Amino acid sequence: MQQSNIYIISFTLIMTIFLGSLLSFTRMQLGPIQKKQVEIDTKKKILGAVMDISSLSPEEVLELYNEKMNSIVIDLEGEEVLQDDGSKYVAEEVNIQKNYKISPDQRKYPVFMFSSDGDKVDYYIFPMFGNGLWDWISGFVALDENLNTVVGVAFDHKAETPGLGARISSDEIQNRYKGKMIYNQVDKLVSVKMLKSENNKDLDSHQVDGMSGATITAYGLNDMIYHYFECYNPYISKIKSNTRMLTFNR
Amino acid sequence: MSTEIQEKEVIKIKQSESLISKRRRKILVDPLDDNNPISIQVLGICSALAVTIKLEPTIVMSISVVFVMIFSSLITSMIRNYIPVRVRIIVQLAIIATLVTLVSEFLKAFNYEMFKVLGAFVGLIITNCIILGRLEAYAMGNKPYDSVLDALGSSVGYAWIILVVAFFRELLGSGSILGWKVFEAIGWDTFPTNGLFVDSIGAFIILGLLIWAQRTRNGYIEN
Repeated sequence: MQQSNIYIISFTLIMTIFLGSLLSFTRMQLGPIQKKQVEIDTKKKILGAVMDISSLSPEEVLELYNEKMNSIVIDLEGEEVLQDDGSKYVAEEVNIQKNYKISPDQRKYPVFMFSSDGDKVDYYIFPMFGNGLWDWISGFVALDENLNTVVGVAFDHKAETPGLGARISSDEIQNRYKGKMIYNQVDKLVSVKMLKSENNKDLDSHQVDGMSGATITAYGLNDMIYHYFECYNPYISKIKSNTRMLTFNR
Repeated sequence: MSTEIQEKEVIKIKQSESLISKRRRKILVDPLDDNNPISIQVLGICSALAVTIKLEPTIVMSISVVFVMIFSSLITSMIRNYIPVRVRIIVQLAIIATLVTLVSEFLKAFNYEMFKVLGAFVGLIITNCIILGRLEAYAMGNKPYDSVLDALGSSVGYAWIILVVAFFRELLGSGSILGWKVFEAIGWDTFPTNGLFVDSIGAFIILGLLIWAQRTRNGYIEN
């Protein structure tokens, strides 16, 4: 009896339905908790670009984030993009990875703004995405209120070599970016370049010491940062000229 | 007449077999040392290399494997007489895959940091040959309690090896234990961490030394 096709088919059918419903039930129950975890993770990364949040609990991170962080979603021209019904996009939910795959003028670019007193913007945080050696790398680069000096970066990666390229997500490497400049004296985009090899001497304000054994990852970072600042450039110049106008009028 | 008595005696012995009889202790203890899945049977090597860079993910991985192994053995053994022989491997895989997916979902909900580190590897428990091997070789033909003992033995046998490997890899590769900087704590700031141990080569070296030590102790002779 157990060898008959009818038995086998009904056995597998019942098993599939049972296991399938068990899994989808679990998914339904855990879904909201997982979504919250992803949200906390994203907000941690964004905040992590401008401050040390290692001692904060997840609730404190969310509270701080909701209190101090504003966001806007822009297009390649630097104009705010709205949804079809005229409402705002939720910047945290814009998938940078998906946007990276379409052409730059079609993408949506989220920008996050941190302001400690709720009025003046202290830091601008720009998400970016690119390719490392093995797989994707991503990052948040935070600039100061003048939109030139790097206040902090937070890089992430999928599969860079541990101990070599994977060091981009360590504080040691990320601290090297602090205080570097994106634009030169005549306001031209230069970006920040990580050099080949480690312990380089006489770095200028657009150069960062490299990682020995991870040159391709470093070049991936350079390309990513340059490419995305090119895309954010119209928005940045717009903000800069607005601030200049304000100061002039005063 | 005489056969009846004999039969009764056999039944009596079976009923009175203690929960940890000598035979059962052997089922449990054998895979820890003499018949270890990694060092003797050389199964499950890929995950032993992949997840053992740091101790903490290795602990999570060990717990996951023990959980999946015990419950898949229990379930398979309980329904073993109903599983159609021709599709038994698929049924076993479906049971393992469901349990692994459950582990992965729970990890994502309650320890997202660990899920990011282990994500792909937890899913790959499905392909861990130790689990499917024990289901096919043992749980399909034995009673639930014995199967659970066998599963516990094999999974703990797997777990202690990867924990030892992870301990040395983290110590020598990153200079820390569970993220705590050991060498800085004892005032040896200049301890040269070895990148080789962060790479999978380090796992091979430690695994090789471990097998060597084990074989010397047990007097293993290759035939």
